[in-house]
Amino acid sequence: MIKVKINGQEQSWDGDPDLPLLWFLRDEAGLTGTKFGCGEALCGACTVIVDKQAVRACITSISDVAGRDVTTIEGLHPTGDHPVQKAWRQVNVPQCGYCQAGQIMQAVALLTDNPKPTHDQIREAMAGNICRCGCYQRIETAVHLASTGV
Amino acid sequence: MNIVTDPKTLHEFEKHSIKVEKISRRGILKGLGVAGGLVLAAPLMSRQAFAAYQTGASKMPHGVVVDPRVFVAIAPDGVVTIIAHRAEMGTGVRTSLPLIVAEEMEADWSRVKVKQAHGDEKTFGNQDTDGSRSTRHYLIPMRQIGAAARTMLEETAAKRWSVPASEVKAQNHEVVHAASGRRVGFGELANDAAKLPVPDINGLKLKDPKDFRYLGKGQVSIVDLHDITTGKAHYGIDTRLPGMKYAVIARPPVTGGKLKSFDPADAMKVAGVEKVIEVKGWPWPSKFQPLGGVAVIARNTGAAIKGRAALKVVWDDGANASYDSVAYRKQLEEAARKPGLVVRKEGDAEAALKSADKVVTGEYYIPHLAHVSMEPPVAVANVTGDKVEVWAPVQSPGGTREDLAKTLGIPEDNVTVNVTLLGGGFGRKSKCDFVLEAALLSKAIGAPVKVQWTREDDLHHDFLHTVSVEHIEAGLDKSGKVVAWRHRSAAPSIASTFAPNVKHQAPFELGMGLIDMPFEIANLQCENPEAEAHTRIGWFRSVSNIPKAFAVQSMVGELAAATKRDQKEMLLELIGSPRIVKLDSVKDPWNYGEPYDSYPIDTARLRRVVEVVADQGKWGRSVPKGHGLGIAAHRSFVSYVATIVEASVDDKGKLTVHQVDTAIDCGTYVNPERIQSQIEGAAIMGLSLAKYGEVTFKNGKVEQNNFDTFPVIRMDESPLVTHVHIVPPGPDTPPSGVGEPGVPPFAPALINAIFAATGKRIRSLPIGKQLET
Repeated sequence: MIKVKINGQEQSWDGDPDLPLLWFLRDEAGLTGTKFGCGEALCGACTVIVDKQAVRACITSISDVAGRDVTTIEGLHPTGDHPVQKAWRQVNVPQCGYCQAGQIMQAVALLTDNPKPTHDQIREAMAGNICRCGCYQRIETAVHLASTGV
Repeated sequence: MNIVTDPKTLHEFEKHSIKVEKISRRGILKGLGVAGGLVLAAPLMSRQAFAAYQTGASKMPHGVVVDPRVFVAIAPDGVVTIIAHRAEMGTGVRTSLPLIVAEEMEADWSRVKVKQAHGDEKTFGNQDTDGSRSTRHYLIPMRQIGAAARTMLEETAAKRWSVPASEVKAQNHEVVHAASGRRVGFGELANDAAKLPVPDINGLKLKDPKDFRYLGKGQVSIVDLHDITTGKAHYGIDTRLPGMKYAVIARPPVTGGKLKSFDPADAMKVAGVEKVIEVKGWPWPSKFQPLGGVAVIARNTGAAIKGRAALKVVWDDGANASYDSVAYRKQLEEAARKPGLVVRKEGDAEAALKSADKVVTGEYYIPHLAHVSMEPPVAVANVTGDKVEVWAPVQSPGGTREDLAKTLGIPEDNVTVNVTLLGGGFGRKSKCDFVLEAALLSKAIGAPVKVQWTREDDLHHDFLHTVSVEHIEAGLDKSGKVVAWRHRSAAPSIASTFAPNVKHQAPFELGMGLIDMPFEIANLQCENPEAEAHTRIGWFRSVSNIPKAFAVQSMVGELAAATKRDQKEMLLELIGSPRIVKLDSVKDPWNYGEPYDSYPIDTARLRRVVEVVADQGKWGRSVPKGHGLGIAAHRSFVSYVATIVEASVDDKGKLTVHQVDTAIDCGTYVNPERIQSQIEGAAIMGLSLAKYGEVTFKNGKVEQNNFDTFPVIRMDESPLVTHVHIVPPGPDTPPSGVGEPGVPPFAPALINAIFAATGKRIRSLPIGKQLET
């Protein structure tokens, strides 16, 4: 039996210990905010935060996070008003919106690690997250905005 | 606001809707003397600042429905619910169309709810969200719907106060009688208003655009913004039903191949795998029917994927097993170097090329491209008896419904298509093969099923953008003027996905930059040599405009270089005088399905976007050493777009895009903020396809698997800044496309910039490593 804390709530799993965290979150725990985009840690759509670090849930097995704290987009802020979420809305970042949960979680991890990132640091830190609609200019603006207070 | 995925909720909606005296829609149609849809009445637009124009909307399947009873409901508490009947894939249409209704009915947007329509074109009119058509076809119908609702509310208030209707006015969710100072909310009027007949749309008064509060302002955010940023937005992948099973499918790796045999034993040993079954496939070409294969059904997606990896399958590859991209390119090049079917002819290009002082030749190659929407194809289906209900991210809910009915052999009335948000579409999700798969599997196992495509599935079994060789020869006279132009376009057609033995491009492909080429050249010939498809070809955002604009606008750059002239001056000279282009020699000009008198090729507008982008984007500015500026302009989806790119290439061949400026003239517009986002995104997609985009085949199989082998632009290599310049519409300008037209001019503007920076002319996309040598 694997136990993991997700958004502050303890969950358990007695199936395949190699099950990717992504599918545990989505299909078993019903937390569908975390998205599937590639399955190979190439696109960042499934980014969640494990103990303050951005992690790709598609290549992280459920046993890898046993006993650890996982935060998904649903658990980021009770009313959705984390400064990064607010900045995202202020800049009207999303087009289709599918990748944005992953983008937001990556941005939160970046700002936790580096509260005042430079232009180049934002572009580098966010480069693992693909947006096929091409919202990069606004993502960069929103991360900058969140870093300076919304 | 959550998207409604339960049709019962929508039926509930009828209880609250404005109930009116029953007028059959047939009656309305009869009154206008049209079949198949409402022709949008010209008299309505005779008000100042709104010219009469016709669109191709009524020619679309099921036409247009203009009926407030279908689209608007007002609850007693004043909440106005407006139906969004087109699919949301990131363009903002789910906000923009209801916003038009709200504007015209004087609703307060903060008290409006948007509900997504299920797939039902008989009720809602055409729902095929494709071809950059939604605003252009629905601006006036949505205004009429709003105006009809407003008129009914005003009449109700006037009657209540016993004053003439002309003395009352709807204003911000209330009806006001200025003379007496009386006012009453929409909610209070709803029940009585519902008893009135729907007014004749020909007698409706539309708002004066100077009174608009929302349209053209760009201050309203998309309705799903909060849900998207909190993970609550509902995409196709997010549907969960009680008892639902999760499936992935192993499909024939070669188009037209089929299953020979399979061994499920190892797959069944994987924890969580419950069943392994064959999925019916259709012979190629079969439009959007499933490819067939073997499905692994499990308790979660992860188990299904793991089970499929353990599956042993033997395929019969069929006739396309020799499809090889290297060999096929040679075939296309040979075809493009020989005469082909003449599809446009003015003057005598052959003779003029022979007698020209100089001939400049350019041959351009653009490979297959994949859509790779961030949400791969996915659908949930629940078949119960002779009924099916699906939840899916589809661009064409009506078409999906029809195809489900045909595939399952049941009446359309037994099919419910719930439309979720689309995690990107770009044309891929117009094809409902993945929904049909889910329905077949649900029927087979008697439980709800989600079919999930992996990224590998998406790349291996896409309806790919075509592959093409564009061969252009331009003849110049002694003064450097272009006097002859011959363009041969060799590319397999999308029509090959619908019927066998297709060898030529369809009018809708020829009409995307070949036969509608706007240059003023005395001797002009367009040819279409034969090309056969060996995989499923489909439409990809901006479709055939990509290769054709790339070729034509690259050639402009080549001609500028050959005559030592400024690119922009060369471009304007080729566009020529401000005029309406005559396409007399073209059998079927297509024109994006729009009537030519409303949407002609107007070179004055094309010249204008070039001038605007040159002015705003500071064409001719001095740039640092190693940088270059490139320009390109193209009309597509009846909009006019011009782009300037500033690019540099360093000594290691690293390409940087420093600045992008794009001017768009899309006529009358609804939400400039979303136009801006579409154009910003188009630059990224344009850069992706120019730098990396390539799907190749070997032994009939796609060689790319995921974002490592099919890269797209990431943030660290995206343009440093993109400026969007929206050309204000003239008073008489009908709306035109926005979603797609930003893409075609980007690649040639970039390639022209690279030439300006380095003197190196790229004629084959993607750029890949070509700058490294």
